[in-house]
Amino acid sequence: MKPARFQYVAPRTVEEAIGVLTRYGDGCKLLAGGQSLGPLLNLRLATPDVLVDLERIDELAAPPSRVDSVLRIPAMTRQRSLELSPIVRTHVPLLSDALPFVAHRTIRNRGTIGGSLAHADPSAELPAVALACGAAIVIQGPTGQRRVSAEAFFQGYFTTALYPDEVVVAVEFPAAVARQGSSWVEFAPRRGDFAIVGAAAVVQLSPHGTVASCRLAYSGVSDRPWRDETSESRLVGEYPSPQVFDRIADSFAERCEPIGDLSGSAVYRKGLVRHLTAAVLASACRQATEDQ
Amino acid sequence: MKPETMKPEARVDIELEVNGATRTVRDVDPRMTAADLIREVLRLKGTRVGCEHGVCGACTILVDGVSTRSCITYAAQLNGRSVLTVEGLSLMAGELHPLQEAFMRHHGLQCGFCTAGMLLTSYELLSEAHEVSPTEIRDVLSGNLCRCTGYQGIVDAVVDADQNWER
Repeated sequence: MKPARFQYVAPRTVEEAIGVLTRYGDGCKLLAGGQSLGPLLNLRLATPDVLVDLERIDELAAPPSRVDSVLRIPAMTRQRSLELSPIVRTHVPLLSDALPFVAHRTIRNRGTIGGSLAHADPSAELPAVALACGAAIVIQGPTGQRRVSAEAFFQGYFTTALYPDEVVVAVEFPAAVARQGSSWVEFAPRRGDFAIVGAAAVVQLSPHGTVASCRLAYSGVSDRPWRDETSESRLVGEYPSPQVFDRIADSFAERCEPIGDLSGSAVYRKGLVRHLTAAVLASACRQATEDQ
Repeated sequence: MKPETMKPEARVDIELEVNGATRTVRDVDPRMTAADLIREVLRLKGTRVGCEHGVCGACTILVDGVSTRSCITYAAQLNGRSVLTVEGLSLMAGELHPLQEAFMRHHGLQCGFCTAGMLLTSYELLSEAHEVSPTEIRDVLSGNLCRCTGYQGIVDAVVDADQNWER
């Protein structure tokens, strides 16, 4: 349970970090909060030559800021501080609601938003939340910055659009608007464990009270956070009701193709998708209605 | 002109504060865990190492006042930081810390292996909040495993300390 030997460097700026990545290439691993990477290092599932510690880069830990209709959260912002942040609660309530489900408080003290997204565990909460919100991941490399949508960022198990010489520097969430509701629900066998399946919903109601648009994203049903636009479109134009939620839940459950493993078979996960979809829609629509 | 690329180091020197005292440690292998640094180099054996991959919470310490698992934190990360271990709790209080007294009164431990982690996690909780409900205590301590007590004594101890620790 001791990591293999590595060299260590703690750059002070993003440019310095990219310089190290460019010079030492594939052998580098970026260390953010270390709550997923630490176990991987100790179990020697990850054996980097160079560990690049991002903790000393002040610009990656600046407070979240609102720019026009976007809340920009620097990548090294700790999950615990986001959980307590009033500006996050106001503009991205889904994030505030989902964060208490991320592992345990001690883990969230260190764990970061950028680290969680870059790690891209398909069972984790934050990738699904980013997808449901339509967040953009801001990435910096040797030639400058680029923005990648959550859809394009997550590419498979622990696999993202990030190149080896790039760093996630921030995540940009669209700020919530009027008549919007959102919710996170999950089923985990024990508090703080990875959920078997989790579901996020962002629902936008029209002035008449029908669903104008919605985005749902799931953890634990695919090799990446999963969305199904066909099922989403079936909710559009409907008045929220338990009957409608059940019908949409059936659609998501039918159309998902979960992979079974020791923590839950494929059939069981489909059942969870059905149950959680109805629950998350009810809760998100209730919020949207109250937000009239 | 482009700045020179920073050079990764195979050995590091670190300076940190441990339980109020400044300590300098030279020539450390950066892969050494914070737990091993505390136990094997600084010889503070109160911090226990259980699972060694961030699951059990036994090795919890406070870094800059924030609870942290020392088995998945590396020595190099502690450079310039302030660390509190279980030894620091009793130093602070003179004898036993009120939390430790409460754990004793309520049989919040049997073998004691999880206790340092339980104490520091509870210390962080009670430093931030007063009149904490048993539900919140259980939520916060859910990241710390105990195989002896069944947790009831631990929760009772934290409730008690919440009332009796002047802070």
